[in-house]
Amino acid sequence: MSLGVEILISALLVIGGCFGLIGSFGLLKLRGAMQRLHAPTKATTVGVGASLIAAALATYMATGVANWQGVLVAAFLFLTAPLSGLMLAKAHRHLDRPTVPPTGTGAPWAGERPVKP
Amino acid sequence: MLTYALTFAIACFALALILNLWRLATAPTMPDRILTVDTMVINIIALIVLYGAKAQSAVSFDAALLLAMTGFVSTVAFCKFLLRGGIIE
Repeated sequence: MSLGVEILISALLVIGGCFGLIGSFGLLKLRGAMQRLHAPTKATTVGVGASLIAAALATYMATGVANWQGVLVAAFLFLTAPLSGLMLAKAHRHLDRPTVPPTGTGAPWAGERPVKP
Repeated sequence: MLTYALTFAIACFALALILNLWRLATAPTMPDRILTVDTMVINIIALIVLYGAKAQSAVSFDAALLLAMTGFVSTVAFCKFLLRGGIIE
């Protein structure tokens, strides 16, 4: 294995690992539920994508046989990540009801201006 | 150099799994738990692929493909259950 290919594979591995860690840390750290949807997409696309490319290159360089299952895994993940994100956002919108004050107390409801006397 | 980079990437994804476990234990709502399990599946796919690169076997790519499919289907099924109260209508 030549030095350039080894440097390329190592850089891809380091980038993928860093992005996977950043995605999970963002899932733990961000405040809102909709914000938390944003962080793991980085781990899905860049983290796993770079790891798959690096692993496919490493096995090709070691064994001389090109395997296309890695490309298949990456394509499947890239296709299904927006769908699962959409379903999670829909479930969040469905379950997260806004709390309104009880009637008769004079408190304004959401979107209403308080009545001036 | 390749060995060190592989070890670094595997350690990063293992630490990410531990953070996911922490999030799973302290998640405020149900969609957060589903999102956390989805992220855990993604991290496990990356771990399987990196183990395949370390052991230099092409079999692990098939396992990763299988896990990607089941993870997506389980996430969508759970979200559908939360939305409609049933999976198949």
